[in-house]
Amino acid sequence: MSDVVEKTLTALPSLLSLDSHPGSAKLSSTSKLGNLIRGITELTSKHEEEKLIQHELLAIKEQVSSPNTTMMKELMVRSIYCEMLGYEASFSYIHAIKLAQQGTVLEKRVGYLAVSLFLNESHELLLLLVNTVLKDLQSTNLIEVCMALTVVSQMFPKDMIPAILPLVEEKLNHPKEIIRRKAVLALYKFYLIAPNQVQHIHNKFRKALCDKDPGVMTASLHIYLQMIQENPEAYKDLTPSFVTILKQVVGGKLPMDFNYHTVPAPWLQIQLLRILSLLGKNDQSTSEVMYEVLDESLQRAEMNHNITYAILYECVKCIYTIHPKSDLLEKAAKCIGNFVLSPKINLKYLGLKALTYVVQQDPKLALQHQMTIIECLDHPDLIIKRETLELLFRITNGQNVTVIVEKMLEFLCISEDDHTTIDLVGKVAELAEKYPLKYNEWFIETMNTVFSLGGDMMQPDIPNSFLKLLSEGFDSVEEDRKLRLFAVNSYIPLLRGEPGKLPQRFLQVISWVLGEYSHLREDLEPAEVLSLLAKLLDMKNSSSETKSWVLMAMTKLCKGGADASVTQEVSETYSSSLDTVLRQRAHELQYLSQDPELRARVLPRGAKPETLEVDSSLSFLDRFVSEALAAGAAPYKPPHQRQEELDQSKALSLEPYGLSLPISMSSCSITDRQSPTLLSMSSGLSGDTLKLDGIKRVWGREGYLAQREPVEEAAQVEVPSPIQSPGRQGEGDSLHSQTPTQTPTPEPEQEKQQLASSLFVGLASQSSVSLMGKSEPMPQRFRRKAKGQGLGSSFIANEQISSSLISPPSAVDNLLCNNLLDSNNASELAEQTSQLSQSLTTANGTCHAEAELTESDTKGCNPALRRDNCVVAAGPGPHNDPGRLTEVCLDSYLPAELSGLSHSEIAPLCANQSLNLSACHVQKEDSLILVVFIMNSSESAIQQIRLVSITVGQYSLTVKRPAVHVEVVGTVSYQLPAGTSQSLQFSYKVPLTSFIRPFVVSTEEYGTMWLSFSHDTKQNLTLINDNQEPLTATLNALKKKLQLHVVEVIGMEGIVACRLLQDLPCLMHCRVNAGWLAVWLRSPVPDLPDCLIYHCQRALQSL
Amino acid sequence: MWCARLIGDLVFCIELTGRHCCSLPRPLSDPMVKPATDRIMIKFVLMVNRQGQTRLSRYYHSVELSRRAALEADVVRYCLSRKKDQCSFVEYKDFKLVYRQYAALYIVVGITDSENELSIYELVHNFVEVLDKYFSRVSELDIMFNLDRVHIILDEMIQNGHIVETNKSRILAPLTTIDKMVDS
Repeated sequence: MSDVVEKTLTALPSLLSLDSHPGSAKLSSTSKLGNLIRGITELTSKHEEEKLIQHELLAIKEQVSSPNTTMMKELMVRSIYCEMLGYEASFSYIHAIKLAQQGTVLEKRVGYLAVSLFLNESHELLLLLVNTVLKDLQSTNLIEVCMALTVVSQMFPKDMIPAILPLVEEKLNHPKEIIRRKAVLALYKFYLIAPNQVQHIHNKFRKALCDKDPGVMTASLHIYLQMIQENPEAYKDLTPSFVTILKQVVGGKLPMDFNYHTVPAPWLQIQLLRILSLLGKNDQSTSEVMYEVLDESLQRAEMNHNITYAILYECVKCIYTIHPKSDLLEKAAKCIGNFVLSPKINLKYLGLKALTYVVQQDPKLALQHQMTIIECLDHPDLIIKRETLELLFRITNGQNVTVIVEKMLEFLCISEDDHTTIDLVGKVAELAEKYPLKYNEWFIETMNTVFSLGGDMMQPDIPNSFLKLLSEGFDSVEEDRKLRLFAVNSYIPLLRGEPGKLPQRFLQVISWVLGEYSHLREDLEPAEVLSLLAKLLDMKNSSSETKSWVLMAMTKLCKGGADASVTQEVSETYSSSLDTVLRQRAHELQYLSQDPELRARVLPRGAKPETLEVDSSLSFLDRFVSEALAAGAAPYKPPHQRQEELDQSKALSLEPYGLSLPISMSSCSITDRQSPTLLSMSSGLSGDTLKLDGIKRVWGREGYLAQREPVEEAAQVEVPSPIQSPGRQGEGDSLHSQTPTQTPTPEPEQEKQQLASSLFVGLASQSSVSLMGKSEPMPQRFRRKAKGQGLGSSFIANEQISSSLISPPSAVDNLLCNNLLDSNNASELAEQTSQLSQSLTTANGTCHAEAELTESDTKGCNPALRRDNCVVAAGPGPHNDPGRLTEVCLDSYLPAELSGLSHSEIAPLCANQSLNLSACHVQKEDSLILVVFIMNSSESAIQQIRLVSITVGQYSLTVKRPAVHVEVVGTVSYQLPAGTSQSLQFSYKVPLTSFIRPFVVSTEEYGTMWLSFSHDTKQNLTLINDNQEPLTATLNALKKKLQLHVVEVIGMEGIVACRLLQDLPCLMHCRVNAGWLAVWLRSPVPDLPDCLIYHCQRALQSL
Repeated sequence: MWCARLIGDLVFCIELTGRHCCSLPRPLSDPMVKPATDRIMIKFVLMVNRQGQTRLSRYYHSVELSRRAALEADVVRYCLSRKKDQCSFVEYKDFKLVYRQYAALYIVVGITDSENELSIYELVHNFVEVLDKYFSRVSELDIMFNLDRVHIILDEMIQNGHIVETNKSRILAPLTTIDKMVDS
């Protein structure tokens, strides 16, 4: 805290002494601006303000348009004031641009400032600024160049970037630091708004990173952070550079003026730590480079100042993001402890935030701090409470879910903020649905609270998935019945009470459930339910949507007889309603209530939900369409074409289109058999499918059983006191210091401990698992991480990019085509034994490792570990560089029948102390083979000789849903001689093009297929122009690169076909148009056209 | 037209292929690139006094003029309702507010959840120290009377929602140069 600032600000002089104040010395208070400011300060009401500003705006307007105004700068500042108070001064925008163009230095700066404040990035007036910027960039006055670059890095029309790009690039070599720095920032802006425009200058970014001035280097980090976020793989080689930079910064090598309160460039350190954590994520070798500097950062940050804590927080986050190292983790955990226990509230908050992040990887850390967490739950500051709930949400398991949900609901009752409510309600619903069958009643009650508290603000998918859950049911018919009955039982009293207070969404849920299941309660007369429902219709605040839900429910319930009068009355009232939907429902009610037979057919009771078959190509309408066309109707144009035509008619569209690939590329082929890791990944990643899918899977047939076990376990454990809980014993000394060990525990303390034990009960058992692998923390961590992914969707968002994946063996039966089984490879697969326990014996037998691929819990189709090649022992003598070794030698291990085919570069996947994984893929005619090289890299310490033995696994891959890159994820589990089992996860990316094969069809076949495919995309591609026949040349280039089949070329048009393995066709229609190749892709597979067009672009660009 | 001959009864195709316009190709963008708004770490910087009057506002994402006043009023209400011993960070809608009080003036920064709250808290102080250096003992009136200069200083520090410079002398360099040019 700067005391000086504090004091001067407190001494805000009274308004009367305005003139004498030093700050206002330059401006006389009699000036117009002075008057305005005084006016503003004296304001007492909104009404006065409005009057004052309107008056001011009129005055400005008058002056600003008179020629030769000398007060232009002051007028601008006054306009800025008016806009700041929320009154539009649009008439002055053009004058701001003029001022930037014509004014003197300070006026120019104010002009630019006003422009950046007034206009948003898409404002058309910005175009008028381009010339001014151009002129200033060429100015000999450095200050003008500086201003121009500043405004460019704030806002610039993206179509005009090419006009100034060469000038900005030139500035990168300017002798002045400030100009170079600002030029880099301008390029960063370009990268943000139009990344493709600056693609060619990536090497210049590197130069900026190596700039001798730290300021320029700092500026370039913005670009790198961004690029690394998008594609960490491409920048791994820079890791040592970032580490060196951080080392120098931490070591105090920067000039003194970069210090803030004696801490060297703290914000730069934070930026670097963020970059490092992105680079080191899931990458052991890269992480190893940064351990030392992270350790140093942790140690340096001993000074007791907020900013060092900010750095520490970032450091801890980094340590927990990258590949783990036990002693660093320990130090980081201790650090978090200091945060959480700090009396300073800001630090406590940050500690909780860090803990929330960390428990996703290491839940047992929450155990260490359980008492603090409990205290934070009761903290008077709501934000601390909120953050604590966030933390608890991350550590929820089947055993503590009720307590945590209770705490969340408590908070919901006192929270007034809509946003918090929506967020928390969503979380409660998520938890409740995850563990529903534990306690039927608890589930229904929790959901009732969710519905009544969440009201109509909550996400609409919450009631939907709840109803889906109820209707789909679980394994046991009896359980289903109980759950439904309980729901009915809980709703009836609500309706008898004051239904007017319930939110609409809840009423809709209630009426659906009653309509569907009220018959389960035998003592309940349908007539009573009907009259309760009818009451809802009469309520004033019922929306028409609710009314139609109610009417539908009544339709299901009415039986004629005694109920007839109620239904009759209702249907009469609403059959003349102005709302067409209500009217429809009323008519349905009327007819179906009179015809029980028809009703039984239309609305059968207790029907299982059927999956709807949707003909997305709408082929059943073909006849209708052709008739209409024959009758002279205009043909249908898809929206993008209509838009195109619209744009064309307006003006030349300069705006580049965004590639409309679906955000979530994920579509893991989920089967019951897949490993839980993959499953949770997919449930989190399901962006385009409804969330419901994930829910259903989580406790589908398997999940339901899985949930049961912990329940029983919990019953036996009987709320263990935290001191005795087994997991805590091994927690280390930091734990003992916190837990009160005195025997006579005071009353409230005991309560807290009880709460603690109920909150952290599940974690203890989890941590006991992790204790086993203490010497080898890595595999455990991965497992936990996967869990975290399933829970926190926000965490997933920045997780893996594209991951349409086929886990090799389980994919085999997912394949859309079965002809794989005919291929050579498949027959080999079938021959494999189901349990592969391969002993990798090294030459002199010093090390044994058993390789067993985890995926092998799938029955017959097992990883094709090739027996003849698998145990190859080689002792190539002392070797320093395992990476090089891999490249050099692995070629020779390729299976014999694949060695003739071309394979991709053998890339290292991952490694730990004992195993080294590498992989490549081989394209065969009708399959893609993934070859995994498993190499034993254990070292025998005595002889200093690296003993290598290599096992080769072969998997055939297919794509179920296309993505630009297909990622294969797998696990290798193996056993060390000591008997401890280990696992190693790997992932491998294959471009979609590897799965593309030519598709030979005739033109006629092509024609028929074209019509039947529903997914399409269109795009203009660059033509290859160096040839007489640009179309043929381009098509041939594509054919060569992407393995397409050119069906026919006539004149300026050509048709091309290809297929995705196994037999998913994609058709391409190309036409030369005004120097571009207009391409139209169609396929029955969603996303395939989009992904393919991406690769076409890439292919043509790389030529 | 050719397409129709080739494919036969495909009536749609004629129209569609015949009218391809000459728009520029779409950029080769990675489909995973997040929308630009997600990258903005700092959403706005506000200076508000205890009476709820805005002294300075700078938005790094587009907020309509008409909605700013309401947002600012909300923000002030949130900050005023906090006690001294409470956390300097508040949750507001889908982002967080970091505030720091200097006498009657609050400086409030809106940030996304992924930003480091404490570093922003100190950034605010750094900003005030820079102002202090420039105005030599800054007061609320300095800020009011020199709104343009305060903005220029802020622009040197934060751009596009990112911290671009924190070195005090470098932040002030352009402005002091301009001042010298004006004086001479």
